[in-house]
Amino acid sequence: MIAIPLQHILIFSLLLFAIGLYGALVRRNIIGILISIELMVNASNINLIAFSKYTSLSPETGQIFALFVIALAATAAAVGLAIVLALYRIRKTVQADEVHLLKW
Amino acid sequence: MENIGSFIDMIFVTAKAWILALLGQFLPVWIVVLASIVISGVAILCLGPVIMMYLTLLERKVIGRIQNRYGPNRVGIWGLLQPIADGIKMFTKEDIVPANADKLIHLLAPIMTVVPALMIFVVVPFGRQMTAADLNIGFLYFIAVSSITILPIFMASWSSRNKYSLLGGMRTAAQLISYEVPMTLAAVPAIMMSQSLSTNTIVLTQAGSFGLNWFIFTPWGIVGFIVFFLCATAECNRPPFDLPEAESELVAGFHTEYSGMKFALFYMAEYMNAFTLCGIAATLFLGGWQGPFLPSWVWFFGKTLALICIMIWFRGTFPRFRVDHLMAFAWKFLLPLTLVNILLTALWQFTSASAAWLFSIMILAAMLYMLVKLNRVFVPEKRNYVLAD
Amino acid sequence: MELLQLGAKFGIYAVMAAILVFALGVVTFRNLFHCALCLAAALIGTAGIYIALQAEFLAGVQILLYVGGVITLVVFAIMLTEHLAGKTVRQNNAQSLPAIVGLAGFVTALIALILKTPWPVTEAALKAKTSAMGLGEALMGTYVFPFEVISIVLLAALIGTVVIAKKDAPEERP
Repeated sequence: MIAIPLQHILIFSLLLFAIGLYGALVRRNIIGILISIELMVNASNINLIAFSKYTSLSPETGQIFALFVIALAATAAAVGLAIVLALYRIRKTVQADEVHLLKW
Repeated sequence: MENIGSFIDMIFVTAKAWILALLGQFLPVWIVVLASIVISGVAILCLGPVIMMYLTLLERKVIGRIQNRYGPNRVGIWGLLQPIADGIKMFTKEDIVPANADKLIHLLAPIMTVVPALMIFVVVPFGRQMTAADLNIGFLYFIAVSSITILPIFMASWSSRNKYSLLGGMRTAAQLISYEVPMTLAAVPAIMMSQSLSTNTIVLTQAGSFGLNWFIFTPWGIVGFIVFFLCATAECNRPPFDLPEAESELVAGFHTEYSGMKFALFYMAEYMNAFTLCGIAATLFLGGWQGPFLPSWVWFFGKTLALICIMIWFRGTFPRFRVDHLMAFAWKFLLPLTLVNILLTALWQFTSASAAWLFSIMILAAMLYMLVKLNRVFVPEKRNYVLAD
Repeated sequence: MELLQLGAKFGIYAVMAAILVFALGVVTFRNLFHCALCLAAALIGTAGIYIALQAEFLAGVQILLYVGGVITLVVFAIMLTEHLAGKTVRQNNAQSLPAIVGLAGFVTALIALILKTPWPVTEAALKAKTSAMGLGEALMGTYVFPFEVISIVLLAALIGTVVIAKKDAPEERP
């Protein structure tokens, strides 16, 4: 087992999460927002696995939660991108701030 | 006699152990560990390109025979030096990059194609104790690494700034993703029966007497093998599944804009993928290196080359699929068949041998009849094309 | 042997740094296709981190599902919505600065928290091992209900995606 401290992994995943959050906040393109969200999900997955490795006697638990998260992230990406494509077909844009029909 | 047999069987393993022992006498342990990795790595790095070179020759020879001509026979005896001549030709060709291309990605794409193709070699069991790294997730590793192959094709098709390339890339993505699903599911029965993802363990469970207890000698094994092999043919874009690079429709698809050595790298990855996919198919269903009398690595290479010859035979025989037929074949025919096959394997485990044969053949026959009935040939309605409105 | 351990340790830190650089690429590049490629690189790097944490099965699943599945979907969507010539559009909205300030506060607060918390890292936990078989038994045993729920969710998402993305029936041309 290569012993790097748990704190380092947590800080690393925190930075990754923050970068993803930044992307989700400032991107105009909906696909850009979606892939930033994938980064955030990924960061949380690293945390799950790190915790299960460092503190749990049965590391399966954390890994199975990470598995579920990966499956749900794939689902979210599929449905989200389908919505983007439907939107593009109707409104010919994928910029989030140009879709403001319900805004006044 | 027995001794000589086992010596030839283990010749490569013994050679490596001998070198490591020699190094271990006057070098610290960690260098020996590194050297062990380096030796396996170098062996794979040499094996990949050599296999690719001679597969091209084999393909040209076999295709030539199928078309009633000789194939290359001028360079060296039986054209054995032809691949080297081809290599020199490829190296000296001009490297053309389109003016509007995305230069960096255009350069990275061919390099990125070769890397996963070489990485797969790590888990292929070439012979007794001749797996470079016996990972306990071996098969998953194989599936994961081969799924990366889609990425460089996207890079190539996007960075070329060419509509044919882009169309080729889209077709590739659709095809590779579709055929990956039945391929994985077709391999599941073999994993269920050997209760392990490690390629080495899968081979070991097929030992039996004379090393002939191959999975293909069971009903689920035959179905699984055929489906896996068809999907493997589709995964490495070989005819009749070569829509992504169909010359007559797409001007060669994603590698239209590549020339010289970059094109050669795509070619190389394709042949190495063909080899590894056939090798994995042999591992999963044909008993890998198991077999009577001959050394283990002879069995492995023999089986793999036989499968590759079948692929070449496909190329010489079948016309290309149409896109919608291709998709329908994967999703409507192969996928349900593999699911039923997994069920069969579970039944096989819990029923006695003769009853299991009867059951499986009945279920398979019913399933095949149903699938063929359901997959009626689709005749598109007559369309009138109107010019731009 | 110590030298190899040290090398592996530096390797992990290098992979972490590379992931962060690629992640920055994901949120800053203007060309969305480059973003998707950076995301792929970051995800492959994450698989490396999983291997370092002895979760090899997860690493395999990560590459298979993310790189083989999600990235392909993303690239497909990009190809269908972007123009090939790629006229440069402004990709970021005007909230860049407030976002950076807010996130800096968030990150510093959490780092302080992480460093202060006494994590219950035990020697026994570090030695515990998992295998693909253990994962499978847990999925079929303890976690069989969430597993079934996930499969229903996946089925629903599959049908939903097809319904949303499907083209409407073409209208009759006059």
